Amino acid sequence: MNFRQADDISAPTPTALEIKGISKAFGRFPALKQVSLQAKDKEFLALLGPSGSGKTTLLRVLAGLETPDAGEVRFAGEDFLALPVRRRKVGMVFQHYALFRHMTVAQNIAFGLTVRKRAEKPGKAEIADRVAHLLQLVQLEGLDKRYPSQLSGGQRQRVALARALAIEPRMLLLDEPFGALDAQVRRELRRWLRELHDRAGVTTVFVTHDQEEALDLADRVAILKDGELIQLGTPNEVYEHPATPFVFDFLGQACRLPGVVDGGRLRIAGWEGEAPAGAPQGPVEVFFRPDEVAFAPPGGTGLATQVRGVAQRGPDVRIDCHVEGAPMELQAHGPSLPPGVGPGLSVRITPLRPQVYAAA
Amino acid sequence: MWLGLVVVLPLTALVLRPWEVGLSGIWSTLTEDRVLAALRLSFGVSLLAALTNIPLGLMTAWTLTRYEFPGRRVIDALVDLPFALPTAVAGIALTAIYGPTGVLGEPLAKLGIKAAYNPIGIYIALLFIGLPFVVRTVQPVLQDLDREVEEAAQTLGATNLQRFRLVVLPAVLPALVSGFSLAFARAVGEYGSVIFIAGNMPLKSEIAPLLIVIKLEQYDYAGAATVGLAMLLISFGALLAVNGLQLVLARRGRA
Repeated sequence: MNFRQADDISAPTPTALEIKGISKAFGRFPALKQVSLQAKDKEFLALLGPSGSGKTTLLRVLAGLETPDAGEVRFAGEDFLALPVRRRKVGMVFQHYALFRHMTVAQNIAFGLTVRKRAEKPGKAEIADRVAHLLQLVQLEGLDKRYPSQLSGGQRQRVALARALAIEPRMLLLDEPFGALDAQVRRELRRWLRELHDRAGVTTVFVTHDQEEALDLADRVAILKDGELIQLGTPNEVYEHPATPFVFDFLGQACRLPGVVDGGRLRIAGWEGEAPAGAPQGPVEVFFRPDEVAFAPPGGTGLATQVRGVAQRGPDVRIDCHVEGAPMELQAHGPSLPPGVGPGLSVRITPLRPQVYAAA
Repeated sequence: MWLGLVVVLPLTALVLRPWEVGLSGIWSTLTEDRVLAALRLSFGVSLLAALTNIPLGLMTAWTLTRYEFPGRRVIDALVDLPFALPTAVAGIALTAIYGPTGVLGEPLAKLGIKAAYNPIGIYIALLFIGLPFVVRTVQPVLQDLDREVEEAAQTLGATNLQRFRLVVLPAVLPALVSGFSLAFARAVGEYGSVIFIAGNMPLKSEIAPLLIVIKLEQYDYAGAATVGLAMLLISFGALLAVNGLQLVLARRGRA
């Protein structure tokens, strides 16, 4: 393992991974279109997007398992595309584990060391030592003689991770590693993976279609759609300032209404409020989160809303309603309903943090 | 019940028949030079052909599963030809090709290799009829092989050779062993395709099944059954050994 010293905080973190103008087509289908992005040293970068967005293809290009049609990949300044897969020293973890079924856990983990050239191969004792250390790191002590078929899904994925870490990878590539696991195990492994990343200090690229996972885990999130990079930023940036309606929609639940921006004012139906900074002029689409609204009595200000039904689910309240005639589902938190809200009643709502995009 | 009727009954007859001539009769038949030579030839060449079919079949199956090329489906269908062809037709065809005046036989003869009417001819015939067994047992396993597992090996630094030896081969090994044993069993019992190309010279290129037919034609039923019994016992022992190996292979990694 590669426990590096923590960098001096004032020192700028160098760019480790540089992807420039990567394009890749499968037959006529363009999987990646001119994707460019960078990852800093030791950064945890998530590639987030729906299926078919090209995120897995991009990861496979980084690993060398896919050759791009155009573009450049550099790692620590080195031309990565010129290196064959086995010389890139990347630790790849696959969604379906891809363990060697006929090998024990220990043999699986040691694989990357045992295939080395004689001159570079560590001795038997050293390999055993490292395997023991890695088993401890992934919390699977005592399972070294088991076969993959004797392990649970979560355990298998941890073996796969230990196997990838055994080669002291320059970069860790994870392809939906928790995709095949159930929600409970997923959440546990997620926290554990982040800790592991921080301890090992390896630049990590993580592919997922689960926005919660990406926002929870990554230092920065790259959002892809139809082979294009739509937005790149910290989880907070992309959640608070989604670049497009797609990103807004993809990162959480969305309510949308048509509106008009005129000067600094935003008008939706009969209601008028201050337009967010930098809003485009003219007809717009207004997006807001279903739980980011203020409620007012029918005589107050806001969008005319008819409440049709209310459902309490644990700490959350779901309010089925029509806002200015458009069906919508709002959310509220807390043990009691917002004042004035009840089935069949009329209220007024005001979006607290609307995002405004030019109408298509 | 069916197995009893279909398999055990004829086998019982085969086991009982030789005793008509007594133990000494059996012994004298078995120690005939001609019988020994025929048994040695049948099992020796069958083993050799089945062993050769392991790499040959693996390569064919590999090409058919891993590469997309024009005519792949046709070749895929052609693999089954030795199954479908009446064995005598195969024998005549092979003799025509490998005989001294055949398309392949003539250039081979110029190189000093006689490819028909000797054990080499038998070997060629047994290669031909055994190949589909290996291809058809290995092919589905190769098809189901998870490509990601091989990719994982690559990212971990394995060379192509290591990837094949450490990842692919262990996965297809049980299928290879089954394919081998099927090809071997078929080769031992093969008659039609061999007798045309073999030359059938006693002590040199006469296979055991042919010897059985010869003994039958001479009304030496007990002698024929004796040779048959010997073949049965050797084959049974060989298949038992292969099954044992299969069991060991299956236990690894699936325990």
